[in-house]
Amino acid sequence: MNQLHSFVVKEFRHIFRDVRTMMILLVLPVVMVLLFGYVITPEVKDIRLAVVDLSRDDLTQQVVDRFAQNRYFHLTGTAGNPTQGRAMLENGQADMVLVFGEHFAEQLVHSREASVQLLLDGSEPNQAAARAAYAQQLLLAVAQELSATMGVEPRFQIQPVTHALFNPHLRSEFNFVPGNMGMILMLICAMMTSVSIVREKEMGTMEVLLASPLPPLVIIIAKLVPYFVISFINLVTILVLCKYLLALPFAGSLWAFMGISVIYLVVSLALGLLISTLVRTQLAAMILSLLLIIPTIYFSGMTFPIESMPVMYQHVASFIPARWYVAAVRKLMIQGVEVQHVARETLVLATMALVLVSLSLATFKKRL
Amino acid sequence: MVLGYLISKEFKQMMRNIVLPVIFVLLPISVINVVPRIATQEIKHINFSVVDNDHSPLSERLVHKLAASPNFHLVGTFASYGQASATIDGGQADLIVEIQPDFERQLVVDGTAQVAVATNSVNGMKGSLSSGYVTQILADYSAQLRDEAGLDASNTRLARLNVEPRYLYNTTLDYKLYMVPALMAMILILICAFLPALNIVGEKEKGTIEQINVSPISKSQFVLSKLIPYTVVGLFMLTMAIALAWLIYGYWPSGSVWLIYVMAIAFVLVMSSLGLIVSNYSSTTQQAALLIFFFMMIFMHMSGMLTPIVSMPRWSQTLTLVNPMRYFMEAMRVIYLKPVGFAAVQEQFLRLCIMAAVLWTWAIASYRKTQA
Amino acid sequence: MNDNIVIRVEGLTKQFGNFVAVNHISFDVSQGEIFGFLGANGAGKTTAMRMLCGLSVPTSGHATVAGYDVERQPELVKRNIGYMSQKFALYDDLTVTENLRLFGGIYRMSRRDIKLKTRQLLTELNLTNERNAMVRSLPLGWKQKLAFSLAIFHEPKIVFLDEPTGGVDPITRRQFWEMIYRAADRGITVFVTTHYMDEAEYCDRVSIMVDGHIKALDTPAMLKQMFNAPTMYDVFLALARQATRG
Repeated sequence: MNQLHSFVVKEFRHIFRDVRTMMILLVLPVVMVLLFGYVITPEVKDIRLAVVDLSRDDLTQQVVDRFAQNRYFHLTGTAGNPTQGRAMLENGQADMVLVFGEHFAEQLVHSREASVQLLLDGSEPNQAAARAAYAQQLLLAVAQELSATMGVEPRFQIQPVTHALFNPHLRSEFNFVPGNMGMILMLICAMMTSVSIVREKEMGTMEVLLASPLPPLVIIIAKLVPYFVISFINLVTILVLCKYLLALPFAGSLWAFMGISVIYLVVSLALGLLISTLVRTQLAAMILSLLLIIPTIYFSGMTFPIESMPVMYQHVASFIPARWYVAAVRKLMIQGVEVQHVARETLVLATMALVLVSLSLATFKKRL
Repeated sequence: MVLGYLISKEFKQMMRNIVLPVIFVLLPISVINVVPRIATQEIKHINFSVVDNDHSPLSERLVHKLAASPNFHLVGTFASYGQASATIDGGQADLIVEIQPDFERQLVVDGTAQVAVATNSVNGMKGSLSSGYVTQILADYSAQLRDEAGLDASNTRLARLNVEPRYLYNTTLDYKLYMVPALMAMILILICAFLPALNIVGEKEKGTIEQINVSPISKSQFVLSKLIPYTVVGLFMLTMAIALAWLIYGYWPSGSVWLIYVMAIAFVLVMSSLGLIVSNYSSTTQQAALLIFFFMMIFMHMSGMLTPIVSMPRWSQTLTLVNPMRYFMEAMRVIYLKPVGFAAVQEQFLRLCIMAAVLWTWAIASYRKTQA
Repeated sequence: MNDNIVIRVEGLTKQFGNFVAVNHISFDVSQGEIFGFLGANGAGKTTAMRMLCGLSVPTSGHATVAGYDVERQPELVKRNIGYMSQKFALYDDLTVTENLRLFGGIYRMSRRDIKLKTRQLLTELNLTNERNAMVRSLPLGWKQKLAFSLAIFHEPKIVFLDEPTGGVDPITRRQFWEMIYRAADRGITVFVTTHYMDEAEYCDRVSIMVDGHIKALDTPAMLKQMFNAPTMYDVFLALARQATRG
């Protein structure tokens, strides 16, 4: 125990002596939380709208006014014909062009039905679709108002009353922050441990350690403990920032959250250890850890929902630890579910931890 | 001449590494092949639960209509909202439709009835998209009911504005086409920022840099000998990525291809100079790697790669002005999507060039052959 | 004699914060001389040598190497010297020939010269069969000999060797010194640090550094006489005992 203690102290010294690394390790999570809390948002706003009005009457003016009053839209100008409208899209003056045909008012009054054309810049597909959706919603509301003024009596009308559960203001950070945790913890645990172990191999100091009477297990644990501690500090930092800065709810059990986080940390540390046993140079360790980060970003469900992926890739995602951790964190933190609802995620992560720890210990003994 | 010897040394070492050449080939293949397929925010599959408190023919038809929609999958019907919400907690469902006890009566007698739609909105985008789908289906159902009742008389018919959205450039709103150019930028940033930095720090750690420092090689020769090989590798990987995007998805830049290379060279110079600067200030691989990772995360997320820059708050929009990735990403997307010439990307090009010049000078100035 | 001076050091000092690593040292080295630079670990040998090679800027004092000021013209100094560091610093993922070609190229030797000298050197070192082996796979003794040959590959005026024979067996050390003699015979000045006292005997002149100062400087014979000691080892012990750091 004493051996382990003095050894862990040595590892901490290595880390603390390198002030710059230490700073980054502690600041990185803060920056990421700020990025995902404030900067990264798919929210649609300031849609620059240009209008081509060939009908020119009170009705079209009424519609245009509604757009101008809406907080999502911003009227940038008018164009004489659709070609000019297109040109405004082309040179980036507008995001959307609303075109009223020549007979708009006439059609609306006579047949209660008229067409509006929307031209959008499709180069950002999600934005374009969302912008179109906002315009459509607004036009729907306008149509209902017009109906009321025309004295229509409603029949068989079904009105949806929607509730956005857990996230009434649809804030994107509710979705991003758990993913962010999964990524940072994986990064620090896997990349930092693998590089620091391989460094000792490259420097030859690992041989010295292995030649000492210390059991290899003690050496490994001593290398892992500091990164475990730092990751844990990061975890707490993120939680505190989420609560006090982003005002994110913490709806579920804190203990369950801590428990599953510890399992995830073990998985990440074991991955780092495994990488370190497979490679000889720090460069290679670095690259392998980086390659671990890419799937963590894309397969974790952090930005791209798992259920939208092709089935084959959904299976691939099952092998990514972050996918389970992020799912569990979302449920525990934001949804605040009962503990039994994250049993599946916990079980999968625990199995991964068990497999990876035994695998990396086995290879560690064989290789060194 | 001296440069030639140094560069050939870099290539030999690169190719002898066990991991690097494999990465050079596998990274573009896997990224271009896999990421666009999974990186979709489209919602096609929504699991939903139903609480039907009315049990009337009209309410049951509504449930059938929802279940029959291609995007929806019915998990089960429940007697109470509490039971249904357990399916959201357990992750089996993402949406609950609750029908009021006198739904049918209200619809027939009052002409209007409400339906509660609750969505799991942890992912806000997904939440609002799925409730949007429900709204659409409800509107179709009302129209169907009106038709069946023969209610086409002008006084019951609501005014309708038919909207025809038309998308320019990416006419089918193909998200893959949007992601592919961004992924090319990501590949370049990975290779051209990380590798030169790790390489130099590696030489520092091994002590081989000492043998170089004591020789009469000039600073710029040394720095160039590190930049050129990774620029070549970066362009090779970019070429692979362009070819793969064409083979797999049939995407070919609408603008001219050489423009991509012009932009890429400027971008690679910026990124690799940054890598060199980091290496000059770091003494260990761990330090360098972490620093670069730090920059990379910020660059990637503030570039508009995943979410648009216009959605950001003002202060961070201003910050993106010094993000090289932003300019390269913009240029790549423009060149892929629009049939433009150099004029369309000249501003981005100029800004990248300025950054490259500044960082390059800094890289050379901060590389010390002599210790103070 | 004065015309032959290739290294001239006057009051050279290097300070790191409060720690004076090299304290006001002065000496001259003539062309073709084998100059031994002795001292215990931490006496300041490597720091002094790094200043002479233009790798480190002196805090005060002057030094010229091959006629160039180390502080103001480090790049010109570097053109005229060879350097072999304490830590093995060849590229171990390049082959023997590739390392030679690289450093030949760095010192602007012509392609023909590189080829010619490579062949010559490989025969001399008995490395012809290993010419395409990765340097990583060579035994330490060979690596050291190769590193030395590389340091003088471009025929520098002066070669600086920082503990070149550390960890090498006695036979290899012997062969190593024969190589040093051959280089000196060609007119290359050899500036060598060591803490093997038998090696000190091989030098033309020896300086002994203690705590950043040069405490003695003369031929081995004179030094032994001065300190009334039978071997250089005894001379060294007599001086090193005064050390307060180490």
